[in-house]
Amino acid sequence: MNERAIEELGKELDAIEAEVKASLGERDRRYITRLIRIQRGLALTGRAVIFASLPLVSSGAPFFCVLASGAVMLGIAKILENMEIGHNVLHGQWDWMNDPEINSRVWEWDNVCPSDQWKHSHNVVHHTWTNVIGKDRDVGYDVLRVTDAQPWKPAYLFQPIYNFVLMLFFEWGVAFHDIEVDRPLSKSKHLLRGIAKKATRQAVKDYVLWPALAGPFFFWVLAANVIANLIRNVWAYTIIFCGHFPEGVHLFTEKDVEGETRARFRVRQIMGSCNIEGGRLFHLMSGNLSHQIEHHLFPDLPSNRYPEIAPRVRALCARYGVPYNTGSLLRQFGTTTLKIWRLSFPSPRRPAIV
Amino acid sequence: MATLWSRLNDVAGLVATPLVPSHYLAILNPLWATHTLEGRVEQTRDETNDTRTLTLRPGRNWRRHLPGQHVRVGVAIDGRRVVRTYSISSSPDRDDGKITITVKAKGPASTFLARNVSPGQYVSLSRPEGDFVLSEAPRQLFVTAGSGITPVMSMLRTFELRGSMPDVAHVHYAPTDRDVIFGDELRRITDRYPAYKLSVIQTRERGHFNPGHLPADWEARRFFACGPEALLEQLPPGATIERYHAKRAAIPRDARGGKVHLRMSGLEVGADAQTPLLVVAERAGVAAAHGCRMGICHTCDVTMQSGCVRDLRTGELVTEPGTRIQPCVCAAAGDVALDL
Repeated sequence: MNERAIEELGKELDAIEAEVKASLGERDRRYITRLIRIQRGLALTGRAVIFASLPLVSSGAPFFCVLASGAVMLGIAKILENMEIGHNVLHGQWDWMNDPEINSRVWEWDNVCPSDQWKHSHNVVHHTWTNVIGKDRDVGYDVLRVTDAQPWKPAYLFQPIYNFVLMLFFEWGVAFHDIEVDRPLSKSKHLLRGIAKKATRQAVKDYVLWPALAGPFFFWVLAANVIANLIRNVWAYTIIFCGHFPEGVHLFTEKDVEGETRARFRVRQIMGSCNIEGGRLFHLMSGNLSHQIEHHLFPDLPSNRYPEIAPRVRALCARYGVPYNTGSLLRQFGTTTLKIWRLSFPSPRRPAIV
Repeated sequence: MATLWSRLNDVAGLVATPLVPSHYLAILNPLWATHTLEGRVEQTRDETNDTRTLTLRPGRNWRRHLPGQHVRVGVAIDGRRVVRTYSISSSPDRDDGKITITVKAKGPASTFLARNVSPGQYVSLSRPEGDFVLSEAPRQLFVTAGSGITPVMSMLRTFELRGSMPDVAHVHYAPTDRDVIFGDELRRITDRYPAYKLSVIQTRERGHFNPGHLPADWEARRFFACGPEALLEQLPPGATIERYHAKRAAIPRDARGGKVHLRMSGLEVGADAQTPLLVVAERAGVAAAHGCRMGICHTCDVTMQSGCVRDLRTGELVTEPGTRIQPCVCAAAGDVALDL
C-alpha cells in the first residue's frame, strides 16, 4: 500500500469515529446501565442459588445440579463484569457520559488485577505498541513463544503445559502481567503491593467470607466459587488468545513503526488483530473483543457500537487491500493452540512480516 | 468500640468487593444506596409559565439542609450527565422529609428539568451546600430577583413552620406580577404575618434596582441578596450583604487560547489554541501522568473545573464544569482551570 492510500484510509476511519462519537446518546447510556444492573442481579442470584442448593446436600444429583447452576450463573456474571463491562469501562469508553461511577478513573473490576495496573499494561503498553516484538508484552505475555520471530529456548518445550495452566489461572496471569521477570524485584515492589492488596480482598470474598456464611457447608460454597472463577478464567483466556495469535496475524518490529503516522498506526492495529464470528449473545459474552479489530481501531468507542462499525471497517479493508483476519471461534482458537504447540519446538527464526 | 464496629463493617462489606453492598441495594431501590445519592421526583408543579417546582424524595444518604442552602442536581441529557446547582425552596422542617427545587426553563439542563422530568424519575443529588443560610437576626432584609427568590422562600417557610416571623422587609423584582414565583404563597404570608413586608417591583414598569427601593432602616437589617450578577453589582457598596448567584463560563466564538490555571500546582500559564494542555502543563514544569499522548489510553485524563477547551481531533468545545478531559488532545479555548 502506498502512503497516499494509507492516509486516505486513515481519513475514512476518522470519519467513522467522528460519526459514531457524535451519535452517542441516551440509547448507549441505557445499554450500559441496564447491563450493569443485569450483571449485578445475576451475580447476586448466582450466589443465592448456590446457597439454595445447600439444604439439598444429601439428595445427590439434584443438589449438584442446583449448585452447579448457581456456579455457572456466578461465572457468567464475572465474565460480563470483566469483559463487556470492566475492560470497556477501563478503556474510557463510557467516560463521555460524565457519570461519576461508570468511569475509567474510578472503576475497579471483579478481578485480582488492580485496575490502575491494567490501565497501564493494557491501555498504554499493549494498545500503543500492538504486536511490536520487544515492545508489546502481550506478544506471548513474556512466557509463550507465539511467533517464529521470537528466538527458541529449551523452556519453550514445556509451553503446551504452562499454556494450559495459564488458561486455568488466567486472572492471576493478568494480575502479574505488568511485573517484568527480568527487572530487579525492588522496581516491581509497589506493583506487587498493589496486587497483594487487591488479590487478598478478592480471595477473602470468594474463598473465605461467602463460604464461611454457609457454616458447615463451607467447602461446597468454596467449590462453587472456585468453579465460577474457573469458568471466567477459561472463557476470558479463550477469547483473549484469539485477539492477536491466530494464523495469519501480522507482527511488527520496532523499525517498522518508526515515524508511524496516525493512519499507519491504524493499519497496524487492523493487521495485528483478529476477529471472531458469532451471534449477538456471543459478542456480548466476549465483551465484543470478538470485534478485536474495531476495538483496536477505536478503543474508546463504546463496545455496543462495534457490531455496527464492523461491516464498514471490513468493506474499507477490502477496498484498500488491507488483510482483515476473521473466522469462527474454532478456527481462531484452533490455529492459536496449534501454533503454541508447534512453536514449543525449535523453528528457523524468521523476521516479522509486515 | 466504634473502630471495632467499623472494622467489622469493613470486613462484612468485603462480600461485595470491589463494590460495596450499597451497589446491590441500589438495584432494588436507588434511594437505599449509601455510596451515592439520588432523589426520586415525587411531584411537579408549574409556578409560572417558565418555572416549575419539583418535589424530590432524597435517598438515605441525604443530610438535612439549612434554609437557604443549595444542592447540585444531575440529569442525563442525551446520555450525558449534566449537573446544575439549585437552591432548595422547601423548609427542612417539613415533616415528610421531601425537598423542593424550583427551576426556571433557561439553558439546556434547567429546561430539561423544568419540562421533561416527570414523577417516578430519579435525579442525582449532592448533599446540601452553601453558607447563604437563615439568620436569627431580629430585623432582616431580603432583596431578590426572579428565581433568586428560591433560597429566601426556604427561609420564609421555615419561619412560618416555626410560627415566629422576625421583622422582614422583602424587595422582589419580577417583570410583571404574574411572573412572581410563589406569588400566592407570599401574599398569604403577608396576610398572616404583619412583621413580613413584601414589596414587588414590576421591572417592566418601574425598571431595575435603585437604592430608593430599600427600606429607610436597611443598614440596621441583616441583608440577604439573591439574583443575577447585574442586580448584586448595583447594591450599595460597603454594606455587609450575604450574596448568592451562580456563575457560568461564556463560550468563546472563535479559536483562541487563554490562561490555564493548574490548580494542584498553583500555576497560571498562557496557552495558545493549538498546543495540547498536557504539553502546556509539562512546559510549566508539571510532571503530569500520561500514556499514549494521542487520546486512546485515558491515562492523562483530568477534571476541568471551569472554562472551555477544544478537542483537537474533532474541534468540539467542552464547557461543562467538572468534565473529565483528555489534555493530550485538548487545547485551551479561552481561560481554563484544570486539576493538575
